[in-house]
Amino acid sequence: MPPRPRGPPLADLHFGDDQPTDAELAAIDAIVSPADAATVTETERVVRGGRSRRQGLRHLLLPVLHSLQHEIGWISPGGLNGAAKRLGVPPAEAYGVATFYELLRTTDPGHTNDVVHVCVDPSCALAGNEELRESLEASGAKVHNSPCLGQCERAPALFVQGVGRPDRVPADDDEDFRLPQAGDPGLRVLSRVGVVDSTSLDSYREHGGYQALASAIEMGPDAVISAISDSGLSGRGGAAFPTGIKWRAVADEPGPDKHVVANCDESEPGTFKDRILCEHDPFAVIESMTIAGLATGSPHGWIYIRGEYPRATARLEGAIAQARAAGLLGDDVAGSGQRFDIELRRGAGAYICGEETALFNSIEGFRGEPRNKPPFPTTHGLFNQPTAINNPETLINVLDIVTDGPDAYRSVGTERSPGTRLFCLSGRVGVPGLYEVPFGTPLGELIELAGGPVGSLAAVLLGGAAGVFVGPDSLDMPLTLEDAREAGATLGSGVVTVFDDTVDMEAVVVRIAEFFRDESCGQCVPCRVGTQRQHEVLVELQASGQPLPPQRVELIDDMALAMVDASICGLGHTAASAVRSAIDLGLIGNSS
Amino acid sequence: MSPAVTETAVTIRVDGQEVAVPEGATILDACDAAGVETPTICYGPTLTPVNVCRVCVVELDGSRALVPSCSRPAEEGMVVHTDSERVRHSRKMVIEFLATGVDVSQADELGQWAEHYGADPDRYVPGGETMNEPVRVQDNLYIRDYDKCVLCYRCVEACGDDAQHTYAISVAGRGFGARISTEFDVTLPDSACVYCGNCVAVCPTNALQFKTEYDLRQADDWRPEDQSVTQTVCSYCGVGCNLELHVQDNQIVKCTSPDDHDVTRGNLCIKGRFGWNYV
Repeated sequence: MPPRPRGPPLADLHFGDDQPTDAELAAIDAIVSPADAATVTETERVVRGGRSRRQGLRHLLLPVLHSLQHEIGWISPGGLNGAAKRLGVPPAEAYGVATFYELLRTTDPGHTNDVVHVCVDPSCALAGNEELRESLEASGAKVHNSPCLGQCERAPALFVQGVGRPDRVPADDDEDFRLPQAGDPGLRVLSRVGVVDSTSLDSYREHGGYQALASAIEMGPDAVISAISDSGLSGRGGAAFPTGIKWRAVADEPGPDKHVVANCDESEPGTFKDRILCEHDPFAVIESMTIAGLATGSPHGWIYIRGEYPRATARLEGAIAQARAAGLLGDDVAGSGQRFDIELRRGAGAYICGEETALFNSIEGFRGEPRNKPPFPTTHGLFNQPTAINNPETLINVLDIVTDGPDAYRSVGTERSPGTRLFCLSGRVGVPGLYEVPFGTPLGELIELAGGPVGSLAAVLLGGAAGVFVGPDSLDMPLTLEDAREAGATLGSGVVTVFDDTVDMEAVVVRIAEFFRDESCGQCVPCRVGTQRQHEVLVELQASGQPLPPQRVELIDDMALAMVDASICGLGHTAASAVRSAIDLGLIGNSS
Repeated sequence: MSPAVTETAVTIRVDGQEVAVPEGATILDACDAAGVETPTICYGPTLTPVNVCRVCVVELDGSRALVPSCSRPAEEGMVVHTDSERVRHSRKMVIEFLATGVDVSQADELGQWAEHYGADPDRYVPGGETMNEPVRVQDNLYIRDYDKCVLCYRCVEACGDDAQHTYAISVAGRGFGARISTEFDVTLPDSACVYCGNCVAVCPTNALQFKTEYDLRQADDWRPEDQSVTQTVCSYCGVGCNLELHVQDNQIVKCTSPDDHDVTRGNLCIKGRFGWNYV
């Protein structure tokens, strides 16, 4: 466990009369024992100092709330008091955190049954989620509508949130996982997926695992970062920021308190690549994070993974434990003399926590609200310390770059978008699944690779809810960062959702607007109110059955511009883009 | 609150005008120095900027999105536009957005800016969601009317890190459903609240009001134009907090403290804020 900043907890906290039950205390004890509780001595009085003085145990707030939710089925006033007292967190703030997350309940559900989450996002809607939900309800299950559960290739998706029993994804139980491109020699990032035994370090090593770490230790930090920079690797989470620049900036920061974070909180509707990578090649995530830690001089590693991914979580935990036992994590990583270890944190159902600064706040035990940038994570990241945060796909690319060099890496893809890219195909397509193709592959070719469109192609949603719709005339578009940008589109996190001409696109767009309304953190006015009003305009349109009047188009544009220009983070910046593109393409708003 | 005076100054350009401000000053400080008026809601001179309302945004050359002037430090050579088409648009939209869901009738400054930027909250879909919260009257000192709350976080900051370190309230919920709340919405007397009233002092929309003001408004007898303000020093202890007693019809109706006072920075304790019934 990495050392933590342990300032004195707050003095003089006030708690109500509600006491935790024995079961609630046990759930709290499971995360923080009473011996480790936040204590305040007589002489400690916090006068000024704010956040930094309150870190103490606060980063364990979300794990404790998870534990209460899991054991009891909700966060009761007594349970919250118990948790807040143990951690030295004001109860009002703990309540603010608990009410932020979809997977945590703060009202008594009146039962202790498991809750079955049914995805309501586009790919699952096309695959009969409505019928599934009705049959579940008829069987007496407690059903909860959920945003994208990250299983779009096997829609409609379910996630069962256990009470006293482990969370589970029914589709995991009877899955005979096979990558659609299995055996393709062109695979890089996916080369081990479905091949390696993802529960075995030995198997990972037999498939070339940990050769890159050995090379990286031999090369030294500077050469590793130079190789990453020369490779032209850019972030695969959506923002496409050059990885080498990010790592160099963190490496250049002085001091030992630096962090590497793997952002496995993909929640973009239509995205499921982090899940597949973490489930089927977890050691690659661990190894590449370790290289990042050594290269940037950061001893602290963190994985933040979606709360809806129980199998990926278990496999990553297993991989961390095995790597630690083998001396590949810990005080002396693989004989390098350097320290690097990893802690895993589960999200609790909040799309916004995939935004890097919201993710930091979430780990720190605060509401998952994005921070204003600048300052950037490379100088003020997790715990306000220098942080390199990367998507798992980005990280796994590092292994080949270190092993084979940047020139080999650049042998596929284009000059400005070198290498390969993962795409998550779902919707009306022959073989939904995760695909890896060189940058520059035309959109139409990618869809053909996935078995071609089913029915008559009407539109493709590129980049997910935060992306844009393109029409059949865009099938020639090469999938590169530069071509997407030029076309006013985005590759985002690699979502390709295919729609045919039988799909009610108005319903799809209304749902996208609803998604942003539900997932806005509520912090800044343009996004909090803009996403709400945008949804209302589209609901009005849907109910009217009429074409979109010009003044409504103007209002949508006005709201979109304010969200793009004045929101704090990327959620607000992109909340109108799919809606706007659907109007431009004539997918909605022109009914007669 | 003007930033600490330092030896070094940075020079930035605001609407074509060069202004020098001390290092550490914000773009908003520079706008003030240039005599350019800027609308603000969540910004308070005694509070750490949280830059959530976005009404103070300005256009900064080289920045793709607009930037919040209240929190962005001024850097040498910055070129800032405060009255461009984009700035006017976003400011107008923020004000419009707030007025569609919140009762801003007692947010006087906001009303003036709404007129300035031509905000039209009536062009939205009729019957849209609003705050829709009952007035919380739970004691005789102050009331909370969250229909008037714009979620500027100022009360949370004043109750927490920026002044009182009591942490009785937080933002709870998410998105349009976010609300200022105690844990499980327990009443103020059951919460950690110590009734310093520093939240009331920083509220920009009158969502937090002295009970005396609320009662007078309910009786349609709140007359600011007939009120006088008497400066005095609190007599309870030796700290020496300045008080501003607001008097209507020879009765004290509320009590504030000047933001620029060395001792209080606008803050008081329960005695200074509410303990004047004996007068």
